[in-house]
This record gives sequence, C-alpha cells and structure tokens, in this order.
Amino acid sequence: MGYMLEGSTGAWEIVCGLEVHAQVISESKLFSGASATYGGAPNAQVSFVDAGFPGMLPVINRECVAQAVRTGLGLKAQINLFSRFDRKNYFYADLPNGYQISQFAHPVVGTGDVEIELQDGTIKHIGITRLHLEQDAGKSMHDQHPSKSVIDLNRAGVALMEIVSEPDIRSPEEAGAYLRKIRQILRYLGTCDGNMEEGSMRADVNVSVRKPGEDFRTRCEIKNVNSVRFVMHAVEAEARRQIEVWESGEEVRQETRLYDPSRGETRSMRSKEDAHDYRYFPEPDLLPLVLEESWVEGLKAALPELPDEKRRRFCEEYGITFYDAGVLVAEQAIADFYESVAKGRDSRLAANWISGDFFAAMNRTGGSIENPPVSATDLGALIDLITDKTINGRIAKDVFEEMVETGKAPGAIVEEKGLRQVTDTGAIDAAVAAVLAANPDKVAEYKSGKDKLFGFFVGQVMKAMAGKGNPALVNEAVKAQLG
Amino acid sequence: MSLTSEAVRRIAKLARIRVDDAEIAVLQTELNAILGYVEQLNEVDVEGVEPLSGGAQMAMRLREDVVTDGEIAEQILANAPDRSGNFFAVPKVVE
Amino acid sequence: MSLFDLTIAGAGAALAKREISAVELTAAYNGAVAALNPRLNAYITTTPELALAQAKAADARIAAGEAGPLTGIPLAIKDLFCTAGVRTTAASKILEPFVPPYESTVSGKLLEAGAVMLGKANLDEFAMGSSNITSGYGAVENPWKREGSDAKLVPGGSSGGSAAAVAARMAMGATGTDTGGSIRQPASFTGLAGIKPTYGRCSRFGIIAFASSLDQAGPMARNVEDCAILLQAMAGFDTKDSTSAERVVPDFRAAAGKGVKGMRIGIPAEYRMDGMSAEISALWEQGITWLREQGAEIVDISLPHTKYGLPVYYIVAPAEASSNLARYDGVRFGARVDGEDLIDMYERTRAAGFGPEVKRRIMIGTYVLSAGYYDAYYLRAQKIRALILRDFTQAFGKVDAILTPTAPSAAFGLGEKMDDPVTMYLNDVFTVPASLAGVPAMSVPAGLSAEGLPLGLQVIGKHFDEESVFAVSAAIERAAGFSALPALRAK
Repeated sequence: MGYMLEGSTGAWEIVCGLEVHAQVISESKLFSGASATYGGAPNAQVSFVDAGFPGMLPVINRECVAQAVRTGLGLKAQINLFSRFDRKNYFYADLPNGYQISQFAHPVVGTGDVEIELQDGTIKHIGITRLHLEQDAGKSMHDQHPSKSVIDLNRAGVALMEIVSEPDIRSPEEAGAYLRKIRQILRYLGTCDGNMEEGSMRADVNVSVRKPGEDFRTRCEIKNVNSVRFVMHAVEAEARRQIEVWESGEEVRQETRLYDPSRGETRSMRSKEDAHDYRYFPEPDLLPLVLEESWVEGLKAALPELPDEKRRRFCEEYGITFYDAGVLVAEQAIADFYESVAKGRDSRLAANWISGDFFAAMNRTGGSIENPPVSATDLGALIDLITDKTINGRIAKDVFEEMVETGKAPGAIVEEKGLRQVTDTGAIDAAVAAVLAANPDKVAEYKSGKDKLFGFFVGQVMKAMAGKGNPALVNEAVKAQLG
Repeated sequence: MSLTSEAVRRIAKLARIRVDDAEIAVLQTELNAILGYVEQLNEVDVEGVEPLSGGAQMAMRLREDVVTDGEIAEQILANAPDRSGNFFAVPKVVE
Repeated sequence: MSLFDLTIAGAGAALAKREISAVELTAAYNGAVAALNPRLNAYITTTPELALAQAKAADARIAAGEAGPLTGIPLAIKDLFCTAGVRTTAASKILEPFVPPYESTVSGKLLEAGAVMLGKANLDEFAMGSSNITSGYGAVENPWKREGSDAKLVPGGSSGGSAAAVAARMAMGATGTDTGGSIRQPASFTGLAGIKPTYGRCSRFGIIAFASSLDQAGPMARNVEDCAILLQAMAGFDTKDSTSAERVVPDFRAAAGKGVKGMRIGIPAEYRMDGMSAEISALWEQGITWLREQGAEIVDISLPHTKYGLPVYYIVAPAEASSNLARYDGVRFGARVDGEDLIDMYERTRAAGFGPEVKRRIMIGTYVLSAGYYDAYYLRAQKIRALILRDFTQAFGKVDAILTPTAPSAAFGLGEKMDDPVTMYLNDVFTVPASLAGVPAMSVPAGLSAEGLPLGLQVIGKHFDEESVFAVSAAIERAAGFSALPALRAK
C-alpha cells in the first residue's frame, strides 16, 4: 500500500510527473555565440539573434547537443540519431522572436529510466519519457518600475534540456527523491549545475489524483517551482486541493497554476484559453539534426562514472555499507575526496571520519567540498597516524579540531602538542597503579560486584595520562591490576 | 472550412492584431476566398508521402562552443521604442 | 554613348580602362534618381552622399589596380536587405524608424566587391505581393507604358522597386528577393533579366524573412551577363545561415557563354493553361524554336502537380510568415503604439504597422497552423510540395532545363486585379512551383506584347545548376535581340 491521502470519501492516490528544465553548461548559447554564463550586466550577453532582430538566423552549438546526449546516456535513455527542431509560437515580452525554438515531434532523446531510493531503503524506478533541447526565454521583471515591466535578454537563447518523466511518481517524497537524483546525475555529468536558487534548474509539476485502481483523472500543471522542498509541498498541496474539488462534487479543471510558498498553496495563473495553441511546425531556419553513431559512442565512452555505479563500486571496493556509500556519492566532489583519502588506507575508517567529523566541521565552518575545512591529504595523514597507533581515536578528534582551526598538518600538531599515544606498558602500569591506589573505596566496590566502575578506572587513567594512553593497553592493565 | 466571424476574431487574437468589427467582416470574406481557393488540395492523393520542408535536404552543421558575440548592449537597445537604463521597457505585466 | 547605355559588363571595362570614373558614374545615377524617383517611387530611401563616398573609394581601388567586375558599379538594394547604418523598412510602417546595426551577408558581399549603393528599393510590404502596391511607402510606377496610353502600370512584385529602378536606368543593377516569383515576375514586367538561384545558394542572413523555406536573394539587371556578374558576388556559403549550402560558386559568367548545343529542354504540358493568352503562347513557341535552332533538343515533359503549386504556396508561405513576423511587436525595435497593457500594446502596434495584405497572410498563416487545422492544411500542403519536387526530379532525369512563360500576362494597370486577393495571387502561377522545389529559375526578356509591353520567358534548372540556366537564358536572349526601352528612363 503506497502513499495515500485520506479524503472524506476514502483514500486517494497521487499521480505526479515532473518536467525538469535544466540549463545546459556551455560557453555560448544554443543558437547564438553570445555567452551563456550566469550573471552579467543587463543585455550584455545578447546577440542580435537572441534579440530576434530582423534577418537574424539560428546556428546550433555542437556542445549543447553533446550535453543533451550525455544527459540522455546518464538517464539510460534512447539517443535518437535523427531529431528535429520545431517552433513553439506564443507572444510574451521575454520571448523576442514570438516563438521558442524547441523540439516537439522528434526529440533528441527518447525513453529512459531513473532509480530513486526512498527513506525506508526501497528502490523505485521512475520512467523518463523524453529529453529535448530548447531555448530559454529572457527575464522580465515587474517590480523595477511603477508602470512598466523591464526585460533583460541575457538568458534568452541559453540552451535548456527539458527532461520529462513518466507519471510514475506517487508521493511528495518520491518527487523529492526523483528531483534530487536528476540533479545529482546532471552534476555528475557536468551538463547542468542543478542550482535551483539561481534558476538553472526548474521544475514544472504535473499533479492529478485518483482512487486506487482508477484510470488517470484530469491533471494540473504547476509551473516553475524552484526548490526541491517547494516541489514536495506543491505536490501535497495541489493533491489536497484536487481531492477537495472532487469530493465537493465538482470537476478539476485542467489549468496552469503557480505554487505560492508563503501560503503553502497553489493558485491559478491568469488563464489564456489560447495559451495552449502553440501552432508547432518544423523550424524552417534549421535542418534536421543528424548524429553519427560513432560520435555518440565516443561521448558514451568518455562519460564519468555515474552515482548508482559509483555507489555499488564503493560498497564492493571499500567494504562500506550501502547507506554510507550513498552519503559519500551524493556529490562527485565528495566521492573523489573520499577516494583520495581511502585509497591505501582503512576505507571504513575513512568513511566514518568523512561522514562524521569532517561533514560536521564543513557545516560548522560554512565550508564546501570545493573549499574543505581540511584537505584530503591532511585527513589521510591523520588516519595514517591512527592506523599506525601514533595517536588514539580520542586524541585524533582533538587533533582534527586543531587542523580545522589552524590549517596545520596532523603530524605537526601531534609533535607540537606532544600528543603521541603512550604505549609504554611501564608508564601505563604506573598510571593504573596510581589511580587504583587513590581510589581504594571504589576498588573495594568493584571487587564486591559493581562492574560498571571498570569504565571509571579506565577514564581516570586516561585523564591522568592526558588522554594519550593507548586504550587497548590501558584496558588490559586495569583488568590485570584489578585482578 | 469556412470561417465564422468568431473564428476570425480568435485568429486575430492569436496573432495579436487588433481588428474592429468592420474589418472582421472584410477579413472574413477575404480569408474565406483564400481558403476556398486552397480547397483543391484535397483532390491530391498524399498517401505515404513524407512532407517536405526546405529545398536541399542536407543535415545540419554544428558550430563550435565559443563566445563570439554579445557585449553590444548599446546596439541591442539602440532601436528600442522604450527603455529603462539597459533594459527594454513595456507596459507592466501582471502575472 | 550615354553613361546610361552601359551595361555592368561594359561599365566595368570602361572603369578599368579609366575611360570613366566611378564618381562620374555614380553622380550620373544620383542625378537619374533625383529626376525620376519622385514620380516612379522606386526607392524608399536614397543615399546619394553615401554612394559618392563609396564611389570615391572605388576609384581608389581601381587606381591601385585592385578592381573587380563590380567595383564602382551603382546598384539599388531592395529594402528587405538590412544595411548597416541605413534605414531598412521592408516597405512596412512597422519598421519606419529601424536602422540596422548590421549588414546582410549578400549586400555586404556586394559592398566588399566595391559596388555602390544608390538607395533602398521599394517593394511589396514584407515581400508579400506581385505588384508593389502593398508597400507602406506608396506604389511603384512601371517605367513602361502601353502604346498610346498614359495609364500607370505596376512593375510587378514584390521586387517592384528594384525592377523599376533598373528598367528606368536609376541603377545599373539591383538585388531582389524571390519567394514565389518576386524577382522573375517583375523582371518579366519590366524587360529585365532576373534569377532566383537554388535555395541555399545565397545567404539569407540579414534579409528580413518572409517565408524561410522559400526566400532567396538574387540579381536583377539588363541582361543575362550582368546577372551572372552580380550573382557571382552575391552567392556563397555563409556559416551564419544554417540553410546555406556549402558549395563552390561556379563561374556563372563563363556558363552564360556556353551555348545550348546538345542540351535537352523540357516543355511541361501543364504550363499550357486554360485561357492562357495567345501572345504568351506564341512567345513560348518562339522560345522553343530559338533553342531548337541553336542546337537544343526539345522534349515534352509532364509536371503533373503544377496547378497545385499556388494553393500550396498560399498555405506554406503565410504559415512561415505568420511566425516570422511575430517579432514585430514594438518591444525591441520598430514603431510602437502604446496600449493599456502589454497585449493591448501588441495588438495596436501590429494593427497600425501592418498593411492589409500582410495582415491577411498572417491571419491565414496563423489559421493553417492552429490546433485542429495543421494536418488538413499545413501538413497536407508540405506533402504536396514533396510531390511537386518529385515532379521536377523525375523531369530532370530526362532534360537539362525547362522552358515556360514567366507570367500569365504583361504588366497590368495600377488598380486592376483588385477584386479579391486570389486574383492577384494568380500572377505567380508559373513561378511558384520552382520556388517550392528550391530549383534555380530565371526570367529573360523575350518579346513585346501587342501593346508594347515586355514579356519574359522562364528557364528552370536542376538544383545548383545555375550554369545551365544561364546558358539557356543567354541563348534566348541572343535570339530574341530584345532592345526595347521604356518610355520613362534616364538618358
């Protein structure tokens, strides 16, 4: 029994599909030579082609096509060697030509599959219907001037990949997991940075509801949701709204809506009945896009290892749990960091350190994997010091904090602060003897059965030794001297 | 097949051209004359025929991913009927 | 010999020999424009000072021995080609204030070759028309008159201004564009040679688009050789146009001199239309005879879908135009009419800026692409277009070139053929099929009508075989010996 919403007439199932618009990472735009990078003075990254001037013509960017193919391969999808561009005609201030060049009838990528993992560990497959290339629109702003809207065309013409999922999503959690997975794949491939706050990745959410076992009912589209959290909320909010409509005896109208995060609900966009008549027809300024099989094979061979494969390999190669591996492959940079630390070392220890102290330090200091609180080399060196028993685990934590604080290498810190682990049994025995002698009453209590006090003695010895005692040897010595 | 005045109004709306009632009537007649003329295309058997688009059916050339354009904001805006700084300006849109 | 009697080829030779200077030549033509344009309205914008500056530069190049066949030659540029720093209107009010900051590839190539621009030639608005009466800047008068009549005649369209300018000797040559016959038909109406090259032969970059899959730039001039010289400079691969053909440009001038011995010329049965005028029929027969006499073999062929060309064209061209003209919205360039909100602004701007023919075509185009009608109209039309191309492909298996009349009549009067839009469309019946197939086609003046008006014959060739087209056209020209001149012209 999957995720269900309770209505007054019983349980309802959510049916959801996502259309993700992902801005392609490239130097120049899809059909013009203007820069495609984010940010830039208004209308500075605009060519006459982008601005739809008379007589201007589109010329396609090979890298944008390659990025779309790489993404298709990452989605385990069919690459269509023949595809075609179409014009999608509508009027809006941020659409200079009065049409968007997109792919309607023959997209460059066909059906594929994405694996998502839910909280409870279940693996589910979400189908990909298609991926196509299209132009992004410019930006219109309505709050810069009292009576006018202003338009910046920097974004107009940047390449977008539209990734359409099958309506296989059944809960807000699945929607979130799917979106995160898409983002992860795109970032791994380097085809999109997945930055939803900056708008380089947006989602249109299609939601409908039904009683279990029924056919699909009418769906609504919630446009341009720009965070994973909002997508999940929007799915829930819209599903609930639709259930109310159905249960009140009305019919859900097919329409386009917006998610309002401040209200936590969706609202209807100003409806234009003809907004859906895009009058698609083949783009006459372009020829068909025909790809060589060998070129696609070349792109495939050069693909980086994808998250699912990397996760499985980490389990096998490094002997860590599926869960831990999942944490480490969340970002390719983290996975790379892990591998450089783990190679030739105790890989499980490395995994624990990274998911534990390292991530905590990263969050605390506001650092990132690109700007880590501790370098991979230094972290590796720290683990070496633990492995060869120069320091113990407890001391290592202190050394780590010092590394974060000062940026110094662990070896230097251990020397400077004299933190070497004491393994001299003579010194340990002496420390144990001193502790036992100082606490005769507790010794007596222990001997009469209070086993818990063992830990007290060990703790006292460690305290006396400023934490530097080798824990295993201290334990042995305490045991031996207590008899 | 034959356009009503309502249809003509709808088309004008789609095409974003303002037409008054007098024009609607004239357009209706003229457009219907053209549509009447092209009706003869229904005589042709197009079974199994692929639609043609351009004259020479080549495959598309792909361009290198290099920035070769832009940084011409002044020229881009030079012909604008209304601008606000380096933005194009239009009557305010309510979304 | 007056300067106005020189052809481009002749002027080129005279300039090279320093018998005349480019400045002299341009000054003479500037004078012709000043004298005749107020009446004929062939130019929307004249650029006499710019022309003189260009002529001066041309003289310097000639002196330095760096001249080419077009250096110092004064031309009219159809106002559909964007010319940097010079107003470009497409003969529409909606572009009245538009000054392009860029140059079209084709006009740029002519400038690079040292040609001189006298001004921007008038045309039907957005190239939509066959008479030049739809221009937002006034109609163009044909410098030719019917014998014994003072009635104003149309020069044909859409390149009516280009045709009138060259015919009245207000330019030595001109650029035109041809989408359904817009170079060939006005050439026929004004006694000029004009060629629509193969689709993709000339770049469309910087040419204001009407119907993207049909538009082609081409030259209009007094004779076949001059056209060849012009096309040589205009043609060539352009990376800025994805539909531009990556093909070497052959020597068109040499091709024009090749002769037609042994060539097979096709005569399509379907171009013999009901009600075709007797004199056009006779002229066609005369053309056949001329070619046979020069050694060509005449072959009867069939182009079965010919009559569907026009209706196909009047679905496909407006459809593409409706989309191409969506950018004229008053936001980034051109004229704007204010409105209460954005949509109102769009609607008022476009209503005020577009003329009635443009509006009609946008509306038809919008309709045939709209939901529920796409399959019945646009898709079906493109399929029949494929059949029209197939007709040509099959015919060219048997012949090297095809001979037909260019237009169903001679130039008609201003105000005639106005009953309904379709009557005007029928002017293109012979020219449209070649456009739909993308094959090269040329009109060459072949004779005069009973009323003394020019009549042209059309030569159609295979894709990228303009050479054969030039060869056959030159053969007709030789035999026809067309030497009549219009009443109104510079002398």
